[in-house]
Amino acid sequence: MQASPRLKLVDIHKSFGTFEVLKGVSLEANDGDVISLLGASGSGKSTFLRCINLLELPNRGEVWLDGEKLEIHERRGHAVIGSQKQIDRVRSQLSMVFQTFNLWSHMTVLQNVIEGPIHVMKRPRAESIEEAEALLEKVGLADRRNAYPAHLSGGQQQRAAIARALAMKPKVMLFDEPTSALDPELVGEVLRVMRKLAEEGMTMIVVTHEMGFARSVSNRIIYMKDGQVDCSGTPQEMFSDNGPASFNRFVGASDDEIGAARAR
Amino acid sequence: MDIHFLAATMMELLSAAPLTLLLFLLSSACGGLLALVITWMRIAENPLLSSFAKTYIFVFRGSPLLIQIFLIYYGLAQFDIVRGGPLWPYLREPFVCAVIALSLCTAGYTAEILRGGLRAIPVRDIEAARSIGMSGFLLFRRIIAPLTLRAILPSYSTELVLMVKSTALASIVTVWEVTGVAQRISSETYRVFEVFSCAAVIYLTLNFVIIQMMALLEFKLSKHHCPMA
Repeated sequence: MQASPRLKLVDIHKSFGTFEVLKGVSLEANDGDVISLLGASGSGKSTFLRCINLLELPNRGEVWLDGEKLEIHERRGHAVIGSQKQIDRVRSQLSMVFQTFNLWSHMTVLQNVIEGPIHVMKRPRAESIEEAEALLEKVGLADRRNAYPAHLSGGQQQRAAIARALAMKPKVMLFDEPTSALDPELVGEVLRVMRKLAEEGMTMIVVTHEMGFARSVSNRIIYMKDGQVDCSGTPQEMFSDNGPASFNRFVGASDDEIGAARAR
Repeated sequence: MDIHFLAATMMELLSAAPLTLLLFLLSSACGGLLALVITWMRIAENPLLSSFAKTYIFVFRGSPLLIQIFLIYYGLAQFDIVRGGPLWPYLREPFVCAVIALSLCTAGYTAEILRGGLRAIPVRDIEAARSIGMSGFLLFRRIIAPLTLRAILPSYSTELVLMVKSTALASIVTVWEVTGVAQRISSETYRVFEVFSCAAVIYLTLNFVIIQMMALLEFKLSKHHCPMA
């Protein structure tokens, strides 16, 4: 058990104009934690995830990675990044996988994966290519390394995006509804890759609607409602019949036949 | 059809074609560089910079190029401070004034083309780059510039074609490019149709080459759109 958590967010508040999306959310993650953020649309879970790497800037609250506090200043009424150098360095240790994959369309799969290591981490090209090919092998895309994103299926694009995120050798990986934009047949291949990463000890924070994944892979579940943490606990605690009523209502409401089958 | 006359006219016009080409290349290059600066100012947070850029773009898109050429060649010479100044040896040259006017004009149009290209970049691509720690010039060089370039190629090829045609206006201020020479020959021989037809062929040829080059560039940069090989 480490003394200080790898990632710590304290009392995050975020408003868009007059609309308050996050009303004081906190989170702590230790090495190897796989935390699932669940909640209805609009509960603020994606916004909260994006506050971790400052793609959204909280109006109030603190973000700490490895005991280092991210500088957020206020300018003319809204929050701005305090130190671009610091946030660039921190972001290179926190990889994000997006719902819409966000691969660079003008680059091949391989070029997407080596872009970060070569240009941000300044590692040598040959070494980066070697590692990238190993990662593409790991996510099952070795034969598509020279394809462009437009030529890939959604599941393939997302796996390429995961390889790109892994190439940065992150300390924590952030997943923003990674399978929400995928057909049901393609969801499985992405979840398999994510499960493998979790089993290898990667620290992951996952915003998802995949109850099955949350239940069987994560070691902590946080249920958000209306911009606040409603309840949290281990999957056993949350999904049991004695678990929190609001969470059970949420799971029950979002369960259709397919969802129920997956959750088992 | 007087082949001899056509041939002789064509030869004489072709001797002026290098000047047309030089006008085009110089103004496109200078105008393009200026457009980068203007676009940067246009999207800056500083209200002084963006207002200046907006005004510049409005003035040079909103007034006829012909009047801009007159103002710079004939108009500036009206002022003692210009005639006595250090730049006068250059500002009295019709060629220099034509290049200045053409550059300032194309910079206004190109700045808006660039701004359109920047807006066309999906926010997703930029967020992905930021999320791995890219920012500033690196982000611009690796992600923003390549995607903007691909987005503006169709519009910019139109702008280049317009530039080739705009060089014809330099003839008004005594630059002996193709149209100027054509006007002289036609006023000497009164064979307006043949002379200007030859001139038109030269401009069409120039534009054909430019359009083909831009199409080739577009093709090379669009491998990611093509159907799978």
